[in-house]
Amino acid sequence: MAGRAQPVNFTTLAGLVAAALIVALTVGTVATVALRAEYSARLNPADWAAIRFTVRQALVSAMFSVLFAIPVARALARRQFWGRSMMITLLGAPFILPVIVAIFGLLAVFGRTGLFSQILASFGVGPLNIYGFQGIVLAHVFFNLPLATRLILRGWQTIPAEHFRLAAQLSLESNHVFRHLERPMLRGTLPGAFAVIFLLSAASFAVALALGGGPKATTVELAIYQAFRFDFDLGKAAFLALVQLALSATAALVAWKFTARRAFDAGFGRRIRRWDGLNAVSIAQDIAVLSCAALFLFLPLSMVVLRGVAHLNEIPAPVFPAIVRSLIVAVVSAGLAVFLALILARAALDFRKNGKSFAGWIESVGFLTLATSPMVIGAGLFILLFRFFSPSSMALPVTITVNAALSLPFALYSILPALRDAEAHYGRLADSLGMRGVTRFRLAIWPRIRPSVGFAAGLSAALSMGDLGVIALFADADNATLPLVMYRLMAGYQMDAASAVALLLLALSLALFWLFDRGGRLNAAT
Amino acid sequence: MRQLFTILTALNVAVVGTLWAAEPPVLTVMTYDSFVTQWGPGPQVEAAFETTCKCDLQFVGAGDGAALLARIRLEGKRSDADIVLGLDTSLTAQARATGLFADHGLPEKDYDLPVPWSDPIFIPYDWGYFAFVYDNTKLTAPPASFDDLINAPKDLKIVIQDPRSSTPGLGLLLWVKSVYGDDAPGIWEALSPRILTVTKGWSEAYGMFLAGEADMVLSYTTSPSYHLIAENDATKAAASFSDGHYMQIEVAAKLASSDQPELADAFLDFMTSERFQSIIPTTNWMYPVVMTDNIPDGFDTFGTPDKTLLFSDVQAASVRDEALSEWLAALSR
Repeated sequence: MAGRAQPVNFTTLAGLVAAALIVALTVGTVATVALRAEYSARLNPADWAAIRFTVRQALVSAMFSVLFAIPVARALARRQFWGRSMMITLLGAPFILPVIVAIFGLLAVFGRTGLFSQILASFGVGPLNIYGFQGIVLAHVFFNLPLATRLILRGWQTIPAEHFRLAAQLSLESNHVFRHLERPMLRGTLPGAFAVIFLLSAASFAVALALGGGPKATTVELAIYQAFRFDFDLGKAAFLALVQLALSATAALVAWKFTARRAFDAGFGRRIRRWDGLNAVSIAQDIAVLSCAALFLFLPLSMVVLRGVAHLNEIPAPVFPAIVRSLIVAVVSAGLAVFLALILARAALDFRKNGKSFAGWIESVGFLTLATSPMVIGAGLFILLFRFFSPSSMALPVTITVNAALSLPFALYSILPALRDAEAHYGRLADSLGMRGVTRFRLAIWPRIRPSVGFAAGLSAALSMGDLGVIALFADADNATLPLVMYRLMAGYQMDAASAVALLLLALSLALFWLFDRGGRLNAAT
Repeated sequence: MRQLFTILTALNVAVVGTLWAAEPPVLTVMTYDSFVTQWGPGPQVEAAFETTCKCDLQFVGAGDGAALLARIRLEGKRSDADIVLGLDTSLTAQARATGLFADHGLPEKDYDLPVPWSDPIFIPYDWGYFAFVYDNTKLTAPPASFDDLINAPKDLKIVIQDPRSSTPGLGLLLWVKSVYGDDAPGIWEALSPRILTVTKGWSEAYGMFLAGEADMVLSYTTSPSYHLIAENDATKAAASFSDGHYMQIEVAAKLASSDQPELADAFLDFMTSERFQSIIPTTNWMYPVVMTDNIPDGFDTFGTPDKTLLFSDVQAASVRDEALSEWLAALSR
């Protein structure tokens, strides 16, 4: 296949269609909103302040998330212990928690009347002050440390087991293993992880405001929200959404520039065993790191669980159809996200093989949705679809599509490298054996990428389950999803029932994530 | 063959015709989310109106008051909705300016409101006062004015909502502006150390207050009534401010594009009837605009404030942007 001029084949065409769909969903919706605008947009000093603040808090949040994730991922990568796989699954929990639930969980631990303040009070020391820049960073690290850990851990797993075996034969100690194996791997993994978390933190709004202590913590997303609902200035909403897209593009470019590619060649896919780091100091170090991470992440989660359990009997009946609706949304969105990611990854590899620079563009399209404002996507789709359909009849299809698009970056981030490696290591072999089409994919590629696909599907499903996304603009009383039911309960003073629904949401999201992730890893080589 | 076709067509027309006739007209009311939930007034209002109207009353929930106006502006003249229910006087001037709403043409009524009401488009259905709610077992001497609040002990903290994203948040902005006028920026600066944080919406702020994070939360004078009546909990109270309390009047109006204008008028008329009004107190937790016997004990624990504050909708619209920039400047220090 390589090097030969060939007509555009089916997979490439599918990739282009998928890319066009994503561009339509992101840039297209922004343009739609802009076209409906009544006056032209101008950024005032407050908007510039919001942009500066957004970048600053996102940089610091991403830095701390990635910095703390390195030792956690390293400890998880080189230790085998009871409960390790459960810990890795539970690591996904903060990331998929609805924002408002996470705020209450964090406050129950770090707030003025939280656990730590109570402990401090017994020593006569004043309460912790979470409100301010530190609160925003704390919350964003809480959300994103687990994601960073998972991404970096995957990097560790790409180092072939043979390398560690060789290192052991050469009696290399931890610091040498780090320099020769782990540092090159990190060079390939960290920039991407940093960029993803930068963008996720940049799109934050309710958390930044509530824990930031006031309007000085105004982010671009809040400015978009204001433009849309307080001023009904669609031009400005669209303009700010473009600013956010530009931020996203810059971050992606910078990350791409700093990413070292192709650190390792193929191994035999053996289970990784480590012989370094067996001395008491590094064992103690890893235990300390894992305990701190577990405490930091699981304490707020436990508070959410404890509160919810106490009120489980107060769950109202309309929640049950909402559960079904949410499960459908989650599973279909996950399927769609994985499907799109596979198609885009395939097309990107095809282009790259043929030496076309277009490959980079296809890849970046998949990450576009990371920094698109859900508010603007929602409003844009609303303007487009409202002419033809009743909004409430479109609630579920729109939610499924947008959730799939919003989780596409994670799916692509997981699937693209796996597919690239599978192609690089087994593609030629498959070609030389004359394998083609479905057979080639099923026998040579699928077993290699299955764990990544499972992880991608699990993450997408969990995200779609918890994410309120755009449904608020489309849903009416009869087709609410679980998060929307929870928000409506809260708005009607039913805080206790809402906490039980939050627990249900968390449990269902985690169960979905576990099922897919587990399914992907079952009998797999890694 | 031709005859068969004619017969089939006739049959078809007859069947479709009867189906069509059996279908009652649909009246679509767009409102905020909490109105349509099972604890809100929606289900009871629907049942009550449908017994008299021979119609199908359908609610569409769309966020909160301000989201409602944005939604209807997005939909414009094509909207399927006949009525928008849930705007308040901080939004009616903008709503009027869109030209999307029609005059109701109903005779003027003598509403049970602390201020006179006369409006060709908007009809009120409930009202309330904004207030700071506190826990009377923890705070025995609550501040009795903004001045008191400013001079309260250092560790007394309040949590408020952002006026850009929340209705009560905007209410507080107008409250301070109506009391202090040009001195509002200085008041906000002085209040700043009392403010623990600012949240996106009412739910976060109220949840933080219930969790004990803040001593007081911006809400309504009727919030303690909810705790007392629905939860039998008498520990929540609203602080009475000698400066007066800013009001919220919630209104509904008919859309000019409605295809059921008579039905819409009938609904607006029904809205101020005893039947509708008696549903409001314990479902929407606001005061009814028409005297009703169905007000439970403990509903009006707050009484009448010293002063009732309310900008006209035109004033509210004109001071809103200035008040917001003052608020932003003072709290962003």
